[in-house]
Amino acid sequence: MAYDELSRVFAALADPTRRGVVARLATGDATVGELASPYGMTVQAVSKHLKVLEDAGLVSRTGDSHRRPCHLEANVFDLMTGWIERYRREAEARFARLDGVLVDLDALDNPRRTPGHSTRPHSTATKTTNSQEEKRS
Amino acid sequence: MSTTSDTSVPETTIKAPADLPTITIERTFASAPSQVFRAFVEPELFSRWIGPHSVEARVDHWDARTGGSWSYAAWRDGERIAGFYGSFHEIRPEERLVQTFTYDGAPDGVSLDTTTFTPLPDGTRLTTVSVVESLELRNLILGSGMDTGVREGYAKLDVLLQAQ
Repeated sequence: MAYDELSRVFAALADPTRRGVVARLATGDATVGELASPYGMTVQAVSKHLKVLEDAGLVSRTGDSHRRPCHLEANVFDLMTGWIERYRREAEARFARLDGVLVDLDALDNPRRTPGHSTRPHSTATKTTNSQEEKRS
Repeated sequence: MSTTSDTSVPETTIKAPADLPTITIERTFASAPSQVFRAFVEPELFSRWIGPHSVEARVDHWDARTGGSWSYAAWRDGERIAGFYGSFHEIRPEERLVQTFTYDGAPDGVSLDTTTFTPLPDGTRLTTVSVVESLELRNLILGSGMDTGVREGYAKLDVLLQAQ
């Protein structure tokens, strides 16, 4: 999915009324009138929100009539899962680098042990704030 | 929403609840909390892993004590591509680190990041909970990696093409 499409989805979901509409549609299709009633909004006002959701590809309608049901596109959830999985992979790459830094630290503190070998870590007395101050002075 | 895995290899899990503007990241490490903590508060260690892979992290300012502050920038090919700054709200050595985090391209946005270092029999469980002011900003943060991912994809393509 292109970044522009994602941006539209973010913008569409930024509004609490539209998030409420999406949450309602997640439980089943509904007409514009049914979507309007819990908010005390006019059908016209809800229709504007629905247009934003439609443009973002989150909601589909089979026609223009207000009696036609609105349908939530299931790929919305795939999309969120996709974002989170990408974010997770980036965090994992970062932490894999941190693993490498820790192996070096453990090897410095424990020179006889093989770097990379998982050992019961011991506690060091180093207080980082102190060592920072020493470096600065 | 979250993604998890049942493998025994240390694996990062992310929780991004649909109704709260938070992101929780969890991972275990084979080193003691004291060592993992050092990698977060000593700038020369921090800059080695914060990444992403394609950029160099240069620390501009670093005062790792409660009430102190920090800033670093990401550089690629001699060009400064992004800067980040915040405060060290609380430093509780080897246990807990509370920081603010702002991307200088979006200075109105700030994340409050609480990281805990929990001792395990053979290492440390690291948990970071980030809180922002809205679901929109939370989702933008989740989506922000798209950009880097695309750029790194192109960089790999460049290498591939040059090799031919």
